[in-house]
Amino acid sequence: MKQIENVSRRGFLKKLGISSTALVIGVQLPSMLTIPKALAGVVGSDKFAPNVYVQIGIDNIVSIVVHRSEMGQGIRTSIPMIVADELGADWQQIAVVQGLGDKKYGSQNTDGSRSVRRFYQPLREAGASARMMLQQAAADQWQVDVSETTALNNNIVHEKSGRSLSFGSLVNAASKLKVPERSSLILKAKKDFNFIGKSDVALVDGEKFVTGATTYGFDVELPGMQYAVIARPPVLGAKVKSFNSEAAKAIAGVIAVVQLPDLEEPAVFKPLGGVAVIAKNTWAAMKGREALAIQWHESEHQSYNSDSYKKALAASCDNPEKVLRSKGSVTKALAEAKQVITASYYVPELIHVPMEPPAAAAHYHDGIFDIWACTQTPQSAQGTVAQITGVAAENVNINVTLLGGGFGRKSKPDFIVEAAILSKQLNVPIKVMWSREDEIQNGYYHAVSYQKLVAGIDDNNQVTAWQHHVAEPPIGSTFSKGADLIGSEADLGLIDMPYDIANVSCAVGKAPAHTRIGWMRSVTNINHVFAVSSFVDELAQAKGLDSKDNLIAMLGTDRKIDFSNENANYGNYGETLSKFPVDTARMKAVIEKVSAMAKWGRTLPKGRGLGIAMHRSFVSYVACIVEVSTNSDGKIKVEDVWLAVDCGLAVNPERIRSQMEGAAIFGLSLTFFSELTAKNGVIEQSNFDGYQVARIADAPTTHVEIIDSDAPPGGIGEPGVPPIAPAICNAIFNATGKRYRELPLKQYGIV
Amino acid sequence: MITLSINGKDHEFNDDGDMPLLWALRDILKYTGTKYGCGKGLCGACTVHVDGQPIRSCVMPVSAIAKQKITTIEGLSENGDHVVQQAWQTLNVPQCGYCQSGQIMSAVALLERNAKPNDQEIEQAMSGNICRCGTYQRIKEAIHHAADLATEVKGS
Repeated sequence: MKQIENVSRRGFLKKLGISSTALVIGVQLPSMLTIPKALAGVVGSDKFAPNVYVQIGIDNIVSIVVHRSEMGQGIRTSIPMIVADELGADWQQIAVVQGLGDKKYGSQNTDGSRSVRRFYQPLREAGASARMMLQQAAADQWQVDVSETTALNNNIVHEKSGRSLSFGSLVNAASKLKVPERSSLILKAKKDFNFIGKSDVALVDGEKFVTGATTYGFDVELPGMQYAVIARPPVLGAKVKSFNSEAAKAIAGVIAVVQLPDLEEPAVFKPLGGVAVIAKNTWAAMKGREALAIQWHESEHQSYNSDSYKKALAASCDNPEKVLRSKGSVTKALAEAKQVITASYYVPELIHVPMEPPAAAAHYHDGIFDIWACTQTPQSAQGTVAQITGVAAENVNINVTLLGGGFGRKSKPDFIVEAAILSKQLNVPIKVMWSREDEIQNGYYHAVSYQKLVAGIDDNNQVTAWQHHVAEPPIGSTFSKGADLIGSEADLGLIDMPYDIANVSCAVGKAPAHTRIGWMRSVTNINHVFAVSSFVDELAQAKGLDSKDNLIAMLGTDRKIDFSNENANYGNYGETLSKFPVDTARMKAVIEKVSAMAKWGRTLPKGRGLGIAMHRSFVSYVACIVEVSTNSDGKIKVEDVWLAVDCGLAVNPERIRSQMEGAAIFGLSLTFFSELTAKNGVIEQSNFDGYQVARIADAPTTHVEIIDSDAPPGGIGEPGVPPIAPAICNAIFNATGKRYRELPLKQYGIV
Repeated sequence: MITLSINGKDHEFNDDGDMPLLWALRDILKYTGTKYGCGKGLCGACTVHVDGQPIRSCVMPVSAIAKQKITTIEGLSENGDHVVQQAWQTLNVPQCGYCQSGQIMSAVALLERNAKPNDQEIEQAMSGNICRCGTYQRIKEAIHHAADLATEVKGS
């Protein structure tokens, strides 16, 4: 069923100068309908399956289950690298199998930059236990001590006697052995890695990407499937008043019109409500939707207007509700300061715009749901579909397709529930597709934020006071109607401010939500780090110090910070401080590294400037330097971006670099162009004309270096994003003397 | 009835002539390599060739095409070995991969009219194709690399 194609045999790769050690495979996935259900749960006698991640067949093919969603971060390559390395597998005899949504894999919620961080160890153990059982099986057969055997390229080898047995030939014997205790597992030493840490492993899906042979959520086709689009409320919570079903049905190709249940807040992952048009094809469904002429009832959220909301956020910063970190007395230190610096920062509401909007296909039959979706979180999808449709979770099969980008949007399964409801009601396979307008106007939004910072500088030119007030609508409002204070968002760049200052106060103000607030790549780190890293640069200016020297000085002596000593309850991305300390020495190291890369301090031509920023997020450390130029029209261009990253042990350096390159563009987009505004509760932008993102001519050259480290692996999908915006604005200041504190910069006519 | 010539094969199309080519390709004829991204000709994910010219299939009605030769990503090469496809793999250009069919179709069209484009010409030709993952730097490198490969092939 799965054909392994050794792409490297092709002449063209040789011609391109790829070394013979480059391992390139393309796994021919079966068609959607034949994807095996719960692969690792069904074990035939011809398979050796010591755990949920690995299966080895008598055909010597090693199947590796990727239980996390692929959305561009390269996890369908990185997970097999980890497992295959410990197993001693031959990369060219691997089949990569996408795991169904199933608790047995542990968390499959692919967000929070957690896939490698949380599963590096379990996946190594999965590979090692399979390898040790195969070793034991071979040792038994040869009557030798198991310590004399090794695993290499899908074989167990006894070097002394020159004997070797393929994994496939050991399947039956290994299947009869006991799975070793976790404590007895012998893991490889770093020096013996074949794949982990290597940059020459080609993408598992590389060939399929360039031939159009991949399957995303939008691409799923089922026999007899019908196509649906949905008219959703333009204002959150607005209920349907009336619509013209007959006009929609009069459109050729339209099959049915179905009103969905109105949304009762909190929104959670429930469908937004509205009216679905189901048709023979997408075009007919879209035309039918236009014909609906829906009228909506009023909603409490139509009071939402971005202009007045911004003013309310600013006022809320002046009257904070809750102090989340405090040390010493900021009031006293400010009173005694020689200089008091204040600044306010604003980042607008943002949205993910993955190139593939949400899409899901559901087939309800015989009391069972078979669902295919571009989801970051198949278990939440399973649970939410079960809860809303009343079908038991074990009868909800969630197949994960490739994701055409995710960025956090696809970890909310509302769109999957829509498909499930429609298929169950109409008894046919239904694919629900979101248009770009739907995605932008009915999203889970990145919160708009206003921030006010105050600092005091004493007679010795030391920063002695730091006060940071934030108002932004909380993610909690999506799960608890009326919630108006941020919670764990404060851990993302607000209360973990690492600079060594004697008096600190971080506080939050109220901000009621009027749209569904969600999380987007690096979440509130975007807002908080824009403010903190811009403000620190303003303090350098006030102190008359070089920006980089000031960063190093403000970090103080090398130390591991425990924010609980400053009355802060810091979550550390769900990790312990003992395993993942907040280490200022590592912060300084990435700053020094990036400064060397960018040759910080060099003389620049007029109109050019360098800017620097550093932040630790998702337990990884990233420092960034940006070089900007200005042309005769006063327009700014980002010429180069340098990023030094310390993410602990680097599993897949090639994809770490690509994530950093992508983070630079993501950060550039929101710095220069992206902004959502609401008028009477309706998002005013609807497509890439109004909601702009970076295009190829905007793209800088991004240079990435990865710090060599044996620390446990940290996150990589998100940590590159937060330092980009402040580094750009700091560079613009150094180039032009102008300080920009509100995003996006397009409002100033400089981009 | 309209006859559509796609990747060298004729297909009968009996549906609404106003239907954008994108949906005809995807829903009716099942060429799903061509992607939806915006429906307004703003992002380039749906780029295909009509008589060798890159067009945005999401805003091109089927009735406007008849008889011209349509090429989609699936028809670019027999074995995925067009120089642009090779270069894209060599440099590991794709992240999520979704926009890359459109990027590749735009790049192929560029190289067909300009065998050795400079950076500025690449930026101009590719300005209609958005990549949210941010693979632009590698796209640029891959186009230069493909141009070199094409010269090598001709020379050898």
